[in-house]
Amino acid sequence: MSDPVLQTSGVTKSFGELEVLHGIDLEVSEHQAVAVIGASGSGKSTLLRCIDLLVQIDDGDIFLDGEVITDPSVDPVAVRRKLALVFQAYNLFPHLDVLSNVTLGITRAQGVARAQAEEIAAALLKRFGLEGRERDDPDRLSGGQQQRVAIARAFAARPRAMLLDEVTSALDPELVGEVLDAVRELKAEGVTMLLATHEMGFAREVADVVGYLHEGRLVEVGPPEQVLEDPQKPETKRFLRRLLAAGRA
Amino acid sequence: MSDRRAEREAAKRRRERRGLTIASISTVIVLGGIAALILTSPGWPLVRDQFFSWQEFKDTFPDIAKAFWLDVRVFCIVEVAVLILGLAVALVRLTTGPAVFPFRLLATTFTDVFRGIPTVLLVYLIGFGVPALTVASEDGSTPLSWLPTEPVVLGGIALTLSYSAYVAEVYRAGINSVHRGQRDAGLAVGLTEAQTLRHVIVPQAVRNVGPPLLNDFIALQKDVALIAIIGVTGEAFRQAQIAASTDFNYTPMVAAALLYLCVTIPMARLLELWERRRGRVGLGGQAR
Repeated sequence: MSDPVLQTSGVTKSFGELEVLHGIDLEVSEHQAVAVIGASGSGKSTLLRCIDLLVQIDDGDIFLDGEVITDPSVDPVAVRRKLALVFQAYNLFPHLDVLSNVTLGITRAQGVARAQAEEIAAALLKRFGLEGRERDDPDRLSGGQQQRVAIARAFAARPRAMLLDEVTSALDPELVGEVLDAVRELKAEGVTMLLATHEMGFAREVADVVGYLHEGRLVEVGPPEQVLEDPQKPETKRFLRRLLAAGRA
Repeated sequence: MSDRRAEREAAKRRRERRGLTIASISTVIVLGGIAALILTSPGWPLVRDQFFSWQEFKDTFPDIAKAFWLDVRVFCIVEVAVLILGLAVALVRLTTGPAVFPFRLLATTFTDVFRGIPTVLLVYLIGFGVPALTVASEDGSTPLSWLPTEPVVLGGIALTLSYSAYVAEVYRAGINSVHRGQRDAGLAVGLTEAQTLRHVIVPQAVRNVGPPLLNDFIALQKDVALIAIIGVTGEAFRQAQIAASTDFNYTPMVAAALLYLCVTIPMARLLELWERRRGRVGLGGQAR
Protein backbone atom coordinates (compact mmCIF):
# COMPACT_ATOMS: atom_id res chain seq x y z
CA MET A 1 0.00 0.00 0.00
CA SER A 2 1.30 3.43 -0.87
CA ASP A 3 1.97 6.20 1.65
CA PRO A 4 -0.98 8.24 2.85
CA VAL A 5 -1.13 11.71 1.26
CA LEU A 6 -1.11 13.35 4.68
CA GLN A 7 0.09 11.91 7.92
CA THR A 8 0.56 13.51 11.31
CA SER A 9 2.60 11.72 13.91
CA GLY A 10 2.54 12.80 17.54
CA VAL A 11 1.80 16.43 16.59
CA THR A 12 1.90 18.63 19.66
CA LYS A 13 1.42 22.38 19.84
CA SER A 14 1.15 24.82 22.72
CA PHE A 15 0.40 28.52 22.78
CA GLY A 16 2.15 29.65 25.92
CA GLU A 17 0.84 27.53 28.78
CA LEU A 18 -2.10 26.26 26.77
CA GLU A 19 -1.54 22.92 25.06
CA VAL A 20 -3.79 23.05 22.00
CA LEU A 21 -2.78 19.79 20.34
CA HIS A 22 -1.43 16.74 22.10
CA GLY A 23 0.13 13.83 20.21
CA ILE A 24 -2.14 13.87 17.17
CA ASP A 25 -1.81 10.80 14.93
CA LEU A 26 -3.93 11.01 11.83
CA GLU A 27 -3.77 9.74 8.24
CA VAL A 28 -5.49 10.89 5.08
CA SER A 29 -5.14 8.53 2.14
CA GLU A 30 -5.48 9.41 -1.52
CA HIS A 31 -9.08 10.33 -2.51
CA GLN A 32 -10.14 10.09 1.11
CA ALA A 33 -12.08 12.71 3.04
CA VAL A 34 -11.31 12.84 6.72
CA ALA A 35 -13.48 14.98 8.98
CA VAL A 36 -12.29 16.23 12.32
CA ILE A 37 -15.15 17.12 14.62
CA GLY A 38 -15.08 18.68 18.04
CA ALA A 39 -16.23 21.62 20.09
CA SER A 40 -14.99 25.17 19.48
CA GLY A 41 -11.50 25.51 20.87
CA SER A 42 -10.78 21.80 20.61
CA GLY A 43 -7.84 22.49 18.28
CA LYS A 44 -9.35 21.67 14.89
CA SER A 45 -8.29 24.93 13.23
CA THR A 46 -4.85 24.80 14.78
CA LEU A 47 -4.32 21.30 13.40
CA LEU A 48 -5.10 22.46 9.86
CA ARG A 49 -2.93 25.56 10.25
CA CYS A 50 -0.07 23.38 11.49
CA ILE A 51 -0.37 21.13 8.44
CA ASP A 52 -0.29 24.14 6.08
CA LEU A 53 2.79 25.33 7.99
CA LEU A 54 1.17 28.61 9.02
CA VAL A 55 1.89 27.56 12.60
CA GLN A 56 5.05 25.79 13.69
CA ILE A 57 4.50 22.61 15.69
CA ASP A 58 6.41 21.94 18.90
CA ASP A 59 6.76 18.16 18.69
CA GLY A 60 6.03 15.30 16.34
CA ASP A 61 6.13 15.39 12.55
CA ILE A 62 3.86 15.88 9.57
CA PHE A 63 4.34 14.01 6.28
CA LEU A 64 3.11 14.85 2.79
CA ASP A 65 3.31 11.93 0.39
CA GLY A 66 5.64 10.16 2.80
CA GLU A 67 8.07 13.07 3.07
CA VAL A 68 8.51 15.01 6.26
CA ILE A 69 7.43 18.67 5.88
CA THR A 70 8.06 19.81 9.44
CA ASP A 71 11.85 19.59 9.27
CA PRO A 72 13.56 23.00 9.56
CA SER A 73 15.34 22.33 6.25
CA VAL A 74 12.04 22.13 4.35
CA ASP A 75 10.92 25.27 2.50
CA PRO A 76 7.39 25.98 3.77
CA VAL A 77 6.50 27.86 0.58
CA ALA A 78 7.11 24.75 -1.54
CA VAL A 79 4.88 22.72 0.81
CA ARG A 80 2.07 25.29 0.80
CA ARG A 81 2.11 25.28 -2.99
CA LYS A 82 1.08 21.60 -2.86
CA LEU A 83 -1.63 22.11 -0.25
CA ALA A 84 -4.67 24.36 -0.09
CA LEU A 85 -6.36 25.81 2.94
CA VAL A 86 -9.88 27.25 2.95
CA PHE A 87 -10.61 29.53 5.89
CA GLN A 88 -13.67 29.81 8.05
CA ALA A 89 -13.86 33.58 7.38
CA TYR A 90 -13.08 33.13 3.62
CA ASN A 91 -10.18 35.64 3.79
CA LEU A 92 -10.71 36.73 0.21
CA PHE A 93 -8.48 39.54 -1.01
CA PRO A 94 -10.82 42.57 -0.77
CA HIS A 95 -8.71 44.71 -3.13
CA LEU A 96 -8.97 42.22 -6.00
CA ASP A 97 -12.01 41.22 -8.01
CA VAL A 98 -13.36 37.69 -7.86
CA LEU A 99 -11.41 36.44 -10.86
CA SER A 100 -8.11 37.90 -9.61
CA ASN A 101 -8.68 36.32 -6.21
CA VAL A 102 -8.49 32.98 -7.96
CA THR A 103 -5.66 33.81 -10.37
CA LEU A 104 -3.25 35.53 -7.95
CA GLY A 105 -1.95 32.29 -6.46
CA ILE A 106 -1.67 30.31 -9.67
CA THR A 107 0.07 33.09 -11.59
CA ARG A 108 2.46 34.22 -8.85
CA ALA A 109 3.09 30.95 -7.01
CA GLN A 110 2.55 28.27 -9.65
CA GLY A 111 3.87 30.25 -12.62
CA VAL A 112 0.80 29.78 -14.79
CA ALA A 113 0.54 32.35 -17.61
CA ARG A 114 -2.09 35.03 -17.01
CA ALA A 115 -4.35 34.12 -19.94
CA GLN A 116 -4.34 30.46 -19.02
CA ALA A 117 -4.88 31.25 -15.34
CA GLU A 118 -7.91 33.35 -16.20
CA GLU A 119 -9.33 30.50 -18.23
CA ILE A 120 -8.83 28.07 -15.35
CA ALA A 121 -10.35 30.52 -12.90
CA ALA A 122 -13.36 31.34 -15.08
CA ALA A 123 -14.08 27.63 -15.61
CA LEU A 124 -13.86 26.92 -11.88
CA LEU A 125 -16.06 29.88 -10.95
CA LYS A 126 -18.63 28.69 -13.45
CA ARG A 127 -18.53 25.24 -11.93
CA PHE A 128 -19.21 26.64 -8.50
CA GLY A 129 -22.14 28.68 -9.79
CA LEU A 130 -20.40 32.07 -9.93
CA GLU A 131 -20.55 32.77 -13.64
CA GLY A 132 -20.94 36.49 -14.34
CA ARG A 133 -19.47 37.54 -10.98
CA GLU A 134 -15.83 37.47 -12.18
CA ARG A 135 -15.39 41.25 -12.15
CA ASP A 136 -17.25 41.92 -8.91
CA ASP A 137 -15.54 42.93 -5.70
CA PRO A 138 -15.74 40.16 -3.11
CA ASP A 139 -17.70 42.28 -0.65
CA ARG A 140 -20.58 42.53 -3.12
CA LEU A 141 -21.10 38.78 -2.80
CA SER A 142 -23.06 36.89 -0.18
CA GLY A 143 -21.14 34.86 2.39
CA GLY A 144 -21.95 31.64 0.59
CA GLN A 145 -20.71 33.05 -2.71
CA GLN A 146 -17.55 34.37 -1.07
CA GLN A 147 -16.79 30.99 0.42
CA ARG A 148 -17.30 29.34 -2.97
CA VAL A 149 -14.81 31.81 -4.46
CA ALA A 150 -12.42 30.86 -1.66
CA ILE A 151 -12.87 27.18 -2.52
CA ALA A 152 -12.23 27.91 -6.20
CA ARG A 153 -9.13 29.91 -5.24
CA ALA A 154 -7.81 27.01 -3.16
CA PHE A 155 -8.64 24.35 -5.74
CA ALA A 156 -7.26 26.27 -8.75
CA ALA A 157 -3.74 24.96 -8.22
CA ARG A 158 -4.95 21.33 -8.08
CA PRO A 159 -3.51 20.72 -4.62
CA ARG A 160 -2.45 17.29 -3.38
CA ALA A 161 -4.83 17.76 -0.48
CA MET A 162 -7.35 20.39 0.56
CA LEU A 163 -7.69 21.55 4.13
CA LEU A 164 -11.16 22.94 4.86
CA ASP A 165 -11.43 24.84 8.11
CA GLU A 166 -15.07 25.13 9.26
CA VAL A 167 -16.05 26.44 5.86
CA THR A 168 -19.71 26.88 6.78
CA SER A 169 -19.44 28.21 10.34
CA ALA A 170 -19.49 31.89 9.41
CA LEU A 171 -22.53 31.49 7.15
CA ASP A 172 -26.20 32.20 7.66
CA PRO A 173 -28.07 28.85 7.78
CA GLU A 174 -29.70 29.29 4.37
CA LEU A 175 -26.30 29.71 2.72
CA VAL A 176 -24.70 26.56 4.14
CA GLY A 177 -26.15 24.25 1.51
CA GLU A 178 -24.54 25.92 -1.52
CA VAL A 179 -21.09 25.72 0.07
CA LEU A 180 -21.57 22.09 1.05
CA ASP A 181 -22.53 21.41 -2.58
CA ALA A 182 -19.18 22.77 -3.67
CA VAL A 183 -17.40 20.47 -1.21
CA ARG A 184 -19.48 17.51 -2.44
CA GLU A 185 -18.27 18.31 -5.95
CA LEU A 186 -14.68 18.15 -4.82
CA LYS A 187 -15.33 14.87 -3.04
CA ALA A 188 -16.99 13.45 -6.14
CA GLU A 189 -13.91 14.34 -8.11
CA GLY A 190 -11.79 12.35 -5.68
CA VAL A 191 -10.01 15.29 -4.08
CA THR A 192 -8.12 14.28 -0.97
CA MET A 193 -9.33 16.42 1.91
CA LEU A 194 -9.11 17.01 5.59
CA LEU A 195 -11.96 19.03 6.98
CA ALA A 196 -12.75 20.51 10.32
CA THR A 197 -16.50 20.77 10.67
CA HIS A 198 -19.48 21.31 12.89
CA GLU A 199 -21.90 19.81 10.40
CA MET A 200 -22.50 16.28 11.65
CA GLY A 201 -24.88 15.36 8.86
CA PHE A 202 -22.38 16.52 6.33
CA ALA A 203 -19.51 14.67 8.01
CA ARG A 204 -21.61 11.51 7.94
CA GLU A 205 -22.30 12.01 4.24
CA VAL A 206 -18.90 12.93 2.76
CA ALA A 207 -16.31 11.70 5.23
CA ASP A 208 -14.70 8.30 4.90
CA VAL A 209 -13.17 8.70 8.32
CA VAL A 210 -14.24 10.85 11.26
CA GLY A 211 -12.01 11.82 14.14
CA TYR A 212 -13.27 13.36 17.35
CA LEU A 213 -10.93 15.95 18.80
CA HIS A 214 -11.40 16.73 22.48
CA GLU A 215 -9.20 19.21 24.35
CA GLY A 216 -6.32 18.72 21.92
CA ARG A 217 -6.48 14.92 21.85
CA LEU A 218 -7.89 12.74 19.11
CA VAL A 219 -10.02 10.51 21.33
CA GLU A 220 -11.79 8.47 18.69
CA VAL A 221 -11.13 7.80 15.00
CA GLY A 222 -13.15 5.55 12.73
CA PRO A 223 -15.76 5.30 9.98
CA PRO A 224 -18.55 7.87 10.38
CA GLU A 225 -21.25 5.32 11.13
CA GLN A 226 -19.21 4.11 14.10
CA VAL A 227 -17.96 7.41 15.52
CA LEU A 228 -21.21 9.28 14.95
CA GLU A 229 -23.80 6.52 15.54
CA ASP A 230 -22.11 4.26 18.02
CA PRO A 231 -19.30 6.12 19.74
CA GLN A 232 -17.15 4.12 22.15
CA LYS A 233 -15.60 6.89 24.25
CA PRO A 234 -17.57 8.76 26.91
CA GLU A 235 -16.27 12.15 25.65
CA THR A 236 -17.61 11.47 22.16
CA LYS A 237 -20.97 10.32 23.56
CA ARG A 238 -21.27 13.47 25.63
CA PHE A 239 -20.39 15.71 22.69
CA LEU A 240 -22.89 14.07 20.36
CA ARG A 241 -25.61 14.13 23.00
CA ARG A 242 -25.08 17.86 23.46
CA LEU A 243 -25.22 18.44 19.71
CA LEU A 244 -28.39 16.41 19.46
CA ALA A 245 -29.96 18.44 22.23
CA ALA A 246 -29.02 21.63 20.37
CA GLY A 247 -30.59 20.22 17.22
CA ARG A 248 -27.42 20.22 15.16
CA ALA A 249 -26.76 16.53 14.61
CA MET B 1 -51.65 56.68 -0.70
CA SER B 2 -53.56 56.56 2.54
CA ASP B 3 -54.76 59.75 4.20
CA ARG B 4 -52.55 59.20 7.24
CA ARG B 5 -49.50 58.90 5.05
CA ALA B 6 -50.37 62.01 3.02
CA GLU B 7 -50.95 63.88 6.24
CA ARG B 8 -47.54 62.85 7.64
CA GLU B 9 -45.74 63.75 4.45
CA ALA B 10 -47.39 67.16 4.28
CA ALA B 11 -46.38 67.79 7.90
CA LYS B 12 -42.83 66.73 7.10
CA ARG B 13 -42.70 69.13 4.13
CA ARG B 14 -44.03 71.95 6.30
CA ARG B 15 -41.35 71.27 8.89
CA GLU B 16 -38.63 71.28 6.25
CA ARG B 17 -39.83 74.52 4.68
CA ARG B 18 -40.00 76.17 8.06
CA GLY B 19 -36.46 75.00 8.92
CA LEU B 20 -35.11 76.40 5.68
CA THR B 21 -36.73 79.78 6.25
CA ILE B 22 -35.39 80.05 9.78
CA ALA B 23 -31.87 79.07 8.68
CA SER B 24 -31.90 81.72 5.91
CA ILE B 25 -33.12 84.50 8.15
CA SER B 26 -30.69 83.64 10.91
CA THR B 27 -27.77 83.51 8.47
CA VAL B 28 -28.60 86.92 6.99
CA ILE B 29 -28.92 88.47 10.43
CA VAL B 30 -25.74 86.98 11.92
CA LEU B 31 -23.41 87.30 8.93
CA GLY B 32 -24.88 90.66 7.89
CA GLY B 33 -24.45 91.89 11.46
CA ILE B 34 -20.82 90.85 11.59
CA ALA B 35 -20.12 92.44 8.19
CA ALA B 36 -21.85 95.66 9.17
CA LEU B 37 -19.94 95.78 12.45
CA ILE B 38 -16.60 95.37 10.69
CA LEU B 39 -17.28 97.71 7.77
CA THR B 40 -18.57 100.54 9.99
CA SER B 41 -15.84 100.30 12.60
CA PRO B 42 -13.41 103.24 12.63
CA GLY B 43 -10.38 100.99 12.01
CA TRP B 44 -11.76 99.29 8.90
CA PRO B 45 -10.28 101.63 6.24
CA LEU B 46 -6.82 101.02 7.74
CA VAL B 47 -7.24 97.26 7.67
CA ARG B 48 -8.68 97.38 4.17
CA ASP B 49 -5.77 99.37 2.79
CA GLN B 50 -3.20 97.21 4.57
CA PHE B 51 -4.51 93.76 3.55
CA PHE B 52 -7.11 94.17 0.84
CA SER B 53 -5.84 96.94 -1.41
CA TRP B 54 -7.20 96.27 -4.88
CA GLN B 55 -4.51 98.31 -6.59
CA GLU B 56 -1.77 96.50 -4.73
CA PHE B 57 -3.39 93.16 -5.53
CA LYS B 58 -3.57 93.97 -9.24
CA ASP B 59 0.07 95.07 -9.32
CA THR B 60 1.57 92.09 -7.49
CA PHE B 61 -0.71 89.13 -8.19
CA PRO B 62 0.72 88.12 -11.60
CA ASP B 63 4.25 87.76 -10.22
CA ILE B 64 3.08 85.85 -7.19
CA ALA B 65 0.97 83.51 -9.30
CA LYS B 66 3.96 82.86 -11.55
CA ALA B 67 6.07 82.14 -8.46
CA PHE B 68 3.38 79.82 -7.13
CA TRP B 69 4.01 77.56 -10.11
CA LEU B 70 7.42 76.78 -8.58
CA ASP B 71 5.68 75.78 -5.33
CA VAL B 72 3.47 73.40 -7.25
CA ARG B 73 6.41 71.80 -9.04
CA VAL B 74 8.43 71.43 -5.85
CA PHE B 75 5.38 69.93 -4.17
CA CYS B 76 4.85 67.35 -6.92
CA ILE B 77 8.47 66.20 -7.00
CA VAL B 78 8.83 66.08 -3.22
CA GLU B 79 5.52 64.23 -2.90
CA VAL B 80 6.64 61.43 -5.23
CA ALA B 81 9.97 61.15 -3.39
CA VAL B 82 8.15 61.07 -0.04
CA LEU B 83 5.78 58.31 -1.15
CA ILE B 84 8.70 56.13 -2.23
CA LEU B 85 11.09 56.84 0.64
CA GLY B 86 8.31 56.62 3.23
CA LEU B 87 7.23 53.20 1.98
CA ALA B 88 10.82 51.96 1.95
CA VAL B 89 11.37 53.09 5.54
CA ALA B 90 8.07 51.54 6.66
CA LEU B 91 8.87 48.20 5.02
CA VAL B 92 12.34 48.08 6.54
CA ARG B 93 10.86 48.78 9.97
CA LEU B 94 8.48 45.85 9.55
CA THR B 95 11.12 43.27 8.64
CA THR B 96 12.04 40.67 11.23
CA GLY B 97 15.19 38.97 9.87
CA PRO B 98 18.33 39.24 12.02
CA ALA B 99 20.49 40.24 9.04
CA VAL B 100 18.39 43.35 8.46
CA PHE B 101 18.74 44.49 12.07
CA PRO B 102 21.09 47.43 11.32
CA PHE B 103 18.74 48.68 8.62
CA ARG B 104 15.81 48.35 10.98
CA LEU B 105 17.74 50.40 13.52
CA LEU B 106 18.52 53.03 10.88
CA ALA B 107 14.90 53.21 9.75
CA THR B 108 13.67 53.62 13.32
CA THR B 109 16.26 56.32 13.97
CA PHE B 110 15.28 58.02 10.71
CA THR B 111 11.62 58.33 11.69
CA ASP B 112 12.44 59.35 15.26
CA VAL B 113 14.92 62.04 14.25
CA PHE B 114 13.23 63.60 11.24
CA ARG B 115 9.80 63.53 12.79
CA GLY B 116 11.19 65.10 15.93
CA ILE B 117 12.94 68.06 14.32
CA PRO B 118 10.91 71.15 13.38
CA THR B 119 10.67 71.23 9.60
CA VAL B 120 11.72 74.86 9.51
CA LEU B 121 14.92 73.98 11.41
CA LEU B 122 15.67 71.12 9.04
CA VAL B 123 15.20 73.36 5.99
CA TYR B 124 17.54 75.89 7.55
CA LEU B 125 20.12 73.26 8.56
CA ILE B 126 20.31 71.64 5.13
CA GLY B 127 19.71 74.78 3.07
CA PHE B 128 22.55 76.71 4.67
CA GLY B 129 24.65 73.89 6.13
CA VAL B 130 25.24 71.82 3.03
CA PRO B 131 26.49 74.69 0.81
CA ALA B 132 28.97 75.54 3.59
CA LEU B 133 30.51 72.08 3.12
CA THR B 134 31.34 72.74 -0.49
CA VAL B 135 33.72 75.60 0.14
CA ALA B 136 37.43 74.83 0.38
CA SER B 137 38.76 73.44 3.65
CA GLU B 138 41.89 74.86 5.34
CA ASP B 139 44.32 73.05 3.04
CA GLY B 140 42.49 74.34 -0.01
CA SER B 141 40.97 71.01 -1.09
CA THR B 142 37.26 70.69 -1.81
CA PRO B 143 36.34 67.04 -1.09
CA LEU B 144 32.62 67.81 -0.87
CA SER B 145 32.32 70.15 -3.81
CA TRP B 146 29.98 67.66 -5.52
CA LEU B 147 27.19 68.38 -3.06
CA PRO B 148 24.23 70.33 -4.44
CA THR B 149 24.09 74.00 -3.53
CA GLU B 150 20.88 74.99 -5.32
CA PRO B 151 18.59 76.25 -2.51
CA VAL B 152 15.50 74.80 -4.17
CA VAL B 153 17.11 71.34 -4.35
CA LEU B 154 18.30 71.49 -0.75
CA GLY B 155 14.92 72.73 0.42
CA GLY B 156 13.28 69.86 -1.46
CA ILE B 157 15.63 67.39 0.22
CA ALA B 158 14.83 68.79 3.67
CA LEU B 159 11.08 68.56 3.04
CA THR B 160 11.47 65.03 1.69
CA LEU B 161 13.32 63.88 4.82
CA SER B 162 10.82 65.47 7.15
CA TYR B 163 7.68 64.25 5.39
CA SER B 164 9.04 60.77 4.64
CA ALA B 165 9.34 60.23 8.38
CA TYR B 166 5.65 61.10 8.84
CA VAL B 167 4.46 59.16 5.82
CA ALA B 168 6.50 56.09 6.84
CA GLU B 169 4.52 55.98 10.07
CA VAL B 170 1.26 56.35 8.18
CA TYR B 171 2.21 53.44 5.92
CA ARG B 172 3.26 51.38 8.93
CA ALA B 173 -0.08 51.95 10.60
CA GLY B 174 -1.77 50.99 7.33
CA ILE B 175 0.18 47.76 7.03
CA ASN B 176 -0.61 46.86 10.64
CA SER B 177 -4.29 47.57 10.00
CA VAL B 178 -4.54 44.83 7.37
CA HIS B 179 -6.21 41.80 8.93
CA ARG B 180 -3.90 38.91 9.86
CA GLY B 181 -6.05 36.56 7.85
CA GLN B 182 -4.86 38.31 4.70
CA ARG B 183 -1.27 37.28 5.34
CA ASP B 184 -2.44 33.72 6.03
CA ALA B 185 -4.46 33.72 2.81
CA GLY B 186 -1.52 34.99 0.78
CA LEU B 187 0.78 32.34 2.18
CA ALA B 188 -1.88 29.65 1.83
CA VAL B 189 -2.19 30.20 -1.93
CA GLY B 190 1.55 29.63 -2.14
CA LEU B 191 2.96 33.15 -2.19
CA THR B 192 6.26 33.88 -0.47
CA GLU B 193 6.37 36.39 2.40
CA ALA B 194 7.66 39.08 0.01
CA GLN B 195 4.99 38.33 -2.61
CA THR B 196 2.31 38.41 0.08
CA LEU B 197 3.55 41.80 1.17
CA ARG B 198 3.65 43.15 -2.36
CA HIS B 199 0.43 41.72 -3.80
CA VAL B 200 -1.77 41.39 -0.74
CA ILE B 201 -0.72 43.54 2.21
CA VAL B 202 0.70 46.77 0.75
CA PRO B 203 -2.13 47.41 -1.75
CA GLN B 204 -4.68 47.11 1.06
CA ALA B 205 -2.53 49.16 3.42
CA VAL B 206 -2.29 52.02 0.93
CA ARG B 207 -6.03 51.88 0.39
CA ASN B 208 -6.63 52.01 4.14
CA VAL B 209 -4.42 55.05 4.70
CA GLY B 210 -5.49 57.10 1.68
CA PRO B 211 -7.17 59.83 3.74
CA PRO B 212 -4.30 60.32 6.26
CA LEU B 213 -1.82 60.30 3.36
CA LEU B 214 -3.79 63.03 1.61
CA ASN B 215 -3.84 64.94 4.87
CA ASP B 216 -0.04 64.91 4.89
CA PHE B 217 -0.02 66.06 1.24
CA ILE B 218 -2.01 69.14 2.25
CA ALA B 219 0.44 69.90 5.03
CA LEU B 220 3.35 69.45 2.63
CA GLN B 221 1.80 71.76 0.06
CA LYS B 222 1.75 74.52 2.69
CA ASP B 223 5.22 73.77 4.01
CA VAL B 224 6.77 74.24 0.58
CA ALA B 225 6.65 77.93 1.55
CA LEU B 226 9.38 77.19 4.11
CA ILE B 227 12.00 77.04 1.37
CA ALA B 228 11.60 80.81 1.11
CA ILE B 229 13.72 81.18 4.25
CA ILE B 230 16.82 79.77 2.55
CA GLY B 231 16.52 82.27 -0.25
CA VAL B 232 14.73 80.33 -2.96
CA THR B 233 13.77 83.08 -5.34
CA GLY B 234 10.65 82.87 -7.44
CA GLU B 235 8.70 81.02 -4.75
CA ALA B 236 5.24 82.40 -3.92
CA PHE B 237 5.78 83.31 -0.25
CA ARG B 238 9.21 84.79 -1.05
CA GLN B 239 7.70 86.76 -3.92
CA ALA B 240 4.98 88.08 -1.64
CA GLN B 241 7.62 89.03 0.93
CA ILE B 242 9.52 91.02 -1.66
CA ALA B 243 6.38 92.74 -2.87
CA ALA B 244 5.27 93.56 0.66
CA SER B 245 8.67 94.89 1.71
CA THR B 246 8.64 97.74 -0.80
CA ASP B 247 5.74 99.62 0.77
CA PHE B 248 4.80 97.64 3.90
CA ASN B 249 1.46 96.77 2.39
CA TYR B 250 0.51 93.16 3.12
CA THR B 251 -1.98 92.61 0.34
CA PRO B 252 0.61 90.48 -1.58
CA MET B 253 0.66 88.08 1.41
CA VAL B 254 -3.10 87.78 1.22
CA ALA B 255 -2.77 87.11 -2.51
CA ALA B 256 -0.27 84.32 -1.82
CA ALA B 257 -2.54 82.90 0.87
CA LEU B 258 -5.39 82.79 -1.65
CA LEU B 259 -3.24 80.78 -4.03
CA TYR B 260 -2.47 78.22 -1.33
CA LEU B 261 -6.15 77.97 -0.48
CA CYS B 262 -6.93 77.36 -4.15
CA VAL B 263 -4.97 74.13 -3.88
CA THR B 264 -5.52 73.04 -0.29
CA ILE B 265 -9.30 73.54 -0.11
CA PRO B 266 -10.04 71.29 -3.13
CA MET B 267 -7.65 68.71 -1.63
CA ALA B 268 -9.51 68.84 1.67
CA ARG B 269 -12.86 68.36 -0.12
CA LEU B 270 -11.37 65.44 -2.06
CA LEU B 271 -10.24 63.96 1.24
CA GLU B 272 -13.74 64.22 2.70
CA LEU B 273 -15.25 62.65 -0.40
CA TRP B 274 -12.78 59.78 -0.18
CA GLU B 275 -13.47 59.22 3.50
CA ARG B 276 -17.22 59.20 2.93
CA ARG B 277 -16.88 56.68 0.13
CA ARG B 278 -14.59 54.48 2.21
CA GLY B 279 -17.00 54.67 5.10
CA ARG B 280 -19.77 53.29 2.95
CA VAL B 281 -17.59 50.50 1.57
CA GLY B 282 -16.44 49.68 5.08
CA LEU B 283 -19.99 49.01 6.24
CA GLY B 284 -20.66 46.61 3.40
CA GLY B 285 -17.42 44.76 3.75
CA GLN B 286 -17.25 43.69 7.36
CA ALA B 287 -17.20 39.93 6.96
CA ARG B 288 -13.65 39.29 5.97
